[in-house]
Amino acid sequence: MPLLTGWAKKGLFEVQEYVKLCGALGRGVTSRPFYFRDIVEQFDAIGVGSLTVVLLTGGFTGAVLALQSGMTLDQFGARSVVGRLISASMVKELGPVLTALMVAGRVGSGIAAELGSMAVTDQLNALRALGTDPVRKLAVPRVLAGLVMVPVLTVISDFIGILGAWIVTVTQLRVASSVFWNSIVDALFIQDIWMGLIKPVFFGFAIVSIACHVGMRTTGGTQGVGQSTTYAVVAGSVAVLVLNFVITKLLITLLY
Amino acid sequence: MSTPTPLEDRLSRVKAPGEPVVVFERVFLAFGDNVILKDVSFQLLSGSTKIFLGASGAGKSTILKLILGLLKPQAGKIWVNGARTDQLSERDLMKVRDDLGMVFQEGALFDSLTVRENVGYKLYEESDTPLEEVHARVREVLGWVELDEHIDKMPSQLSGGQRRRVAIARAMTFSPRIILYDEPTTGLDPITSITIDDEIIKLRDIEGVSSIVVTHQLRDAFWVAEKMAVRRQDGQVEIVPASPEKLAQTQFVMLRDGDVAFEGTASDLRASTDPYLQLFQS
Ligand SMILES: Nc1ncnc2c1ncn2[C@@H]1O[C@H](COP(=O)(O)OP(=O)(O)OP(=O)(O)O)[C@@H](O)[C@H]1O
Ligand SMILES: [Mg+2]
Repeated sequence: MPLLTGWAKKGLFEVQEYVKLCGALGRGVTSRPFYFRDIVEQFDAIGVGSLTVVLLTGGFTGAVLALQSGMTLDQFGARSVVGRLISASMVKELGPVLTALMVAGRVGSGIAAELGSMAVTDQLNALRALGTDPVRKLAVPRVLAGLVMVPVLTVISDFIGILGAWIVTVTQLRVASSVFWNSIVDALFIQDIWMGLIKPVFFGFAIVSIACHVGMRTTGGTQGVGQSTTYAVVAGSVAVLVLNFVITKLLITLLY
Repeated sequence: MSTPTPLEDRLSRVKAPGEPVVVFERVFLAFGDNVILKDVSFQLLSGSTKIFLGASGAGKSTILKLILGLLKPQAGKIWVNGARTDQLSERDLMKVRDDLGMVFQEGALFDSLTVRENVGYKLYEESDTPLEEVHARVREVLGWVELDEHIDKMPSQLSGGQRRRVAIARAMTFSPRIILYDEPTTGLDPITSITIDDEIIKLRDIEGVSSIVVTHQLRDAFWVAEKMAVRRQDGQVEIVPASPEKLAQTQFVMLRDGDVAFEGTASDLRASTDPYLQLFQS
């Protein structure tokens, strides 16, 4: 029992600290000073840097989705509508979630490791001693980049996924290209696109803010940095999956 | 620029020599159940030096972090330049820190920035000083610590002693009137140590910087306490044995079990018969 309350207390304390960080982030984006150079740098590091992994993930997911859907649809003799399945699932679910998970792995771990080593080597204290608020200098640029770049990456991943599916559909399933594109467009409703765009904004914020929170609170030397890195990826990925369910539920009631 | 607040007025007022610039009054601090500082009081007077001694884990670095407001005490009062820092918000603390330079124990250089960017950090990022002036200032300060040729290197390309000197340069670029040194010479060879000690002495005696030096190296501590810098007729600065007045301006403080166990000048420390102090000096 005392173990349980100990855990609960620690958990509550973490949540409280995380909420505080979110408040500080809010103040950081609405008031001076801004560190524009760092913001540009992070857009590049988080956005452009994640492009390769997101392209690969999107492309192969779309391709395998086409193979599997083709097989299932064959049972109903409906192979030609394969595009319908692809577009809806890619744009609403697979694109946003897989992109977010890849970013959680690549960017979340990087941020936690970088800020974590800054924390354990007193660099965060040095920043404060030199008159810089680490939240404004380090967290705000990263969170802004996550907020903007994860949706952008998601759109790219959706597109590449559909492209991958098209290649498989035309070469392996032998469905005509025009049939594929028609069914893609037929199946897409404006609500689906909204859903596919709104989700990644939340994912981007969650992944990066969690990583910043975990990184900046790192203690315990290099070992602590390792733990923070793992924790940031695990917590970020779980947050993405939980948020995905919650937001999907919410958007379905609101949009459809 | 907006009109200065009362806090800014108080902080920016020029302190007369001998006026207290850092004051600790009955400070208590614990991490969880681990009591680090029980009841610590001391005063640092303008233009003078305090040398903190104490075993590893005695809380010396903690005291420096308290002065900077990086940690808050659980009880007691702390003044820096006349402002109660234990009660200030982080935003107001930034103004206090404008007058505080800190050399962290492990240097704490930003490893993603070059030596130039590290040394000029505060001026580049947190001031409106024209770039040309900042460049010039960075060169000047790096010249003092004899590192001008390393200006474009990354901290990871420097040796331990060079990193320490960059950290000292970074603490003095923005000309703070108080500088805190956390073990500036630990792990360095005797020659480099003396260069750093001389730098501390010059800042104190030529620029009038008040300083707190934390160290385990008694040789360096006595060097800082018993030498002084004078400017000769030809403008050269020379390190000479300290005059009696100078000697009195440097106080040693020994921390032990969370309390101040000893406070006095170099000769007081040498003359003390306390077994712990003697053990520490042997
Ligand atoms: N953030 C922290 N959380 C918990 N305990 C801490 C923290 N920082 C310091 N301590 C503890 O406070 C004590 C004093 O630490 P401090 O760094 O001030 O020692 P020190 O006198 O500078 O020692 P050294 O000479 O080895 O540098 C140590 O026992 C340390 O374990
Ligand atoms: Mg220390």
